[in-house]
Amino acid sequence: MIQNFFRGGRRYWTLMALWVVLIVIGLFAYDRQWHLGLSVTGMSRDVSWGLYIAQFTFMVGVAASAVMVVLPFYLHDYKAFAKTVILGEFLAVSSVIVCMTFVFVDMGQPRRVMNVLLHPQFHSVMFWDFMSLFGYLLLNIVIGSMAIEAERKGTPPPHWVHPLIYLSIPWAVSIHTVTGFLYAGLASRPFWMSAILAPRFLASAFAAGPSLLIVLALGVRRWGGFDVGRQAIRTLGTIVTYAMAVNVFFVLLEVFTALYSGIPHDRQTLTYLYVGMDGRAALTPWMWAGDILAVVSLVGLLVPRIRHQERWLVPLCAGVFASLWIDKGLALVVAGFIPSPLEVVTQYAPTATEIAISVGVYAVGALVLTMLYKLVLNVREKTQLA
Amino acid sequence: MDETRRGFLKTLGLGALGAGAAIPILEVLRPGSGEALAQVTGAAATKSGARATGRQLAMVVDVEKCLRDDVRKACVEACDRTHNIPSIPDPKQIIEWTWSDPFGDVFADQINEHTAETARQAPVLLMCNHCTDPPCIRVCPTGATWKRAKDGIVMMDMHRCIGCRYCMAACPFGARSFNWRDPRPYVQHDANGKLLSDFPTRTKGVVEKCDFCAERVDVGSQPACVEAANQVPGGEGALVFGDINDPDSDVSRILGERMAMVRRVSLGTGPNVYYLVPDALPALAAGVEVEGEA
Repeated sequence: MIQNFFRGGRRYWTLMALWVVLIVIGLFAYDRQWHLGLSVTGMSRDVSWGLYIAQFTFMVGVAASAVMVVLPFYLHDYKAFAKTVILGEFLAVSSVIVCMTFVFVDMGQPRRVMNVLLHPQFHSVMFWDFMSLFGYLLLNIVIGSMAIEAERKGTPPPHWVHPLIYLSIPWAVSIHTVTGFLYAGLASRPFWMSAILAPRFLASAFAAGPSLLIVLALGVRRWGGFDVGRQAIRTLGTIVTYAMAVNVFFVLLEVFTALYSGIPHDRQTLTYLYVGMDGRAALTPWMWAGDILAVVSLVGLLVPRIRHQERWLVPLCAGVFASLWIDKGLALVVAGFIPSPLEVVTQYAPTATEIAISVGVYAVGALVLTMLYKLVLNVREKTQLA
Repeated sequence: MDETRRGFLKTLGLGALGAGAAIPILEVLRPGSGEALAQVTGAAATKSGARATGRQLAMVVDVEKCLRDDVRKACVEACDRTHNIPSIPDPKQIIEWTWSDPFGDVFADQINEHTAETARQAPVLLMCNHCTDPPCIRVCPTGATWKRAKDGIVMMDMHRCIGCRYCMAACPFGARSFNWRDPRPYVQHDANGKLLSDFPTRTKGVVEKCDFCAERVDVGSQPACVEAANQVPGGEGALVFGDINDPDSDVSRILGERMAMVRRVSLGTGPNVYYLVPDALPALAAGVEVEGEA
């Protein structure tokens, strides 16, 4: 089994080398942060969470989205996803690793991380988030490795895995719901305190994750010679379309409630995001770019004739992914802190160190994903030859 | 008794039974919520019902007396000295246990569009509210911040804190500071190179905040800011400290006589720092002039 990670051509090793270089750069940056503290980031007393926690939030969504292939395949016996499901599960594994690493690099005292288990606090949503993420990682590692092992032997997966697979479906929903609750339960931050935040997280996750999966699957087909099938790509495209439509609808619901009610606290953050406040508008260009991208991509996806052409589907998926990254991986977390409880607009911009660490964390995920996908390719290749 | 009514009562009975089972679970997940459910459903109240009867230390801030720069300055300096609070040069990464902000921002929900600009700009002394139901404690994943049972002080264990800063996101008052860097080089020393107090200095990566001088309270002293204000001529009684649950305490007596405000009362956290607001707004305006002259 292990040797499958090391059987690869020049392209594989070049890709691996790229990830390793980015990880090493990230490690150097993290070393700086380790010694100087989080003062090397752009965060402040007013905006006390930044790029790291935002990336964590965004990637929990990507991890949860595996359910969009697991559910149709295992619950509805949707055969077209037979080859996609393992790609989805391994994407979930690497995404959860990225999430957990982002939480780790955000900690002021990373050496004390075990305090969360040594002194568990059942009333803290963060405790439950740790638990659900870790459980989801274990579930996907077990399910994914059993699936690949079964394929290698040419047998169906063992029966005891089935309950775990069914469990992984609500569990996937739970990880992003709990992540939504991290924010939605805070009376101090009106921008986050919305009952629709968790559903909105799920909708955006089920658009962003499958978008990435489409691009990855097409990449694997082109460079790995492994085809998940036209129907799988088409269905994923439909899933992205519906999820994105629901997400845009949910965002508009938020905007309606905030603007029509006219309550200052609910309106202020939107004002900051879309037009700026007190002459400060660092996120405004991002917001408009993200929204235009979201609308254009959604309109393109809604037309079946465009969506069904892969040359259009890829840029549309990239558009969906980028717009949701701006929404969740950039604006949502930071904007919750603006204005501060004392009505001050303190802006946030990540520093070079912070960006290098973030890129490094993503490279860890990419490295794991590359290895796991290579494993899939090597096993398939062998079984096809046999 | 007709069927619908019987059915309704049955449902109600089952509901109460369900609530009886749900209360302990809710209490674990969200302390205080079980009590609320018990009130709604009429089910037996839990032990948390006793929470309101213990001691709860509170501060009464006389906004008018604290308009004077020398009074507020004495309070902040005493606090900084007592707790070895560093003076961080970068304003974005500052550490503050007690500080001042404009009245209009502190009580943004409680002013109106005709409130005079001078009143809006009047400085108000701020600190941790030591809430009765503190959201910071609810969210902390390690129990590094907790409410001291004997007197309701919201404490902070800087040795257990993992620096996740969830409490900072949850605090509706901006009362918490994070050590973005090692604070020790920025802590004030005396001429002999010794720290000004034996309060432990902190490490980088942990959250800290006002502790109502728990260590002084334990030996029967008043908090450093209260003592400092009383020593400034004209500042006597600017800050009054005591047990709000004791009807005979000074704080209870004052609140029984005068109108007081707390910050963001609608959020239900139950702040225990009370602000006495002068009857006439010009008094607030005068404070701004005093500041201008100083």
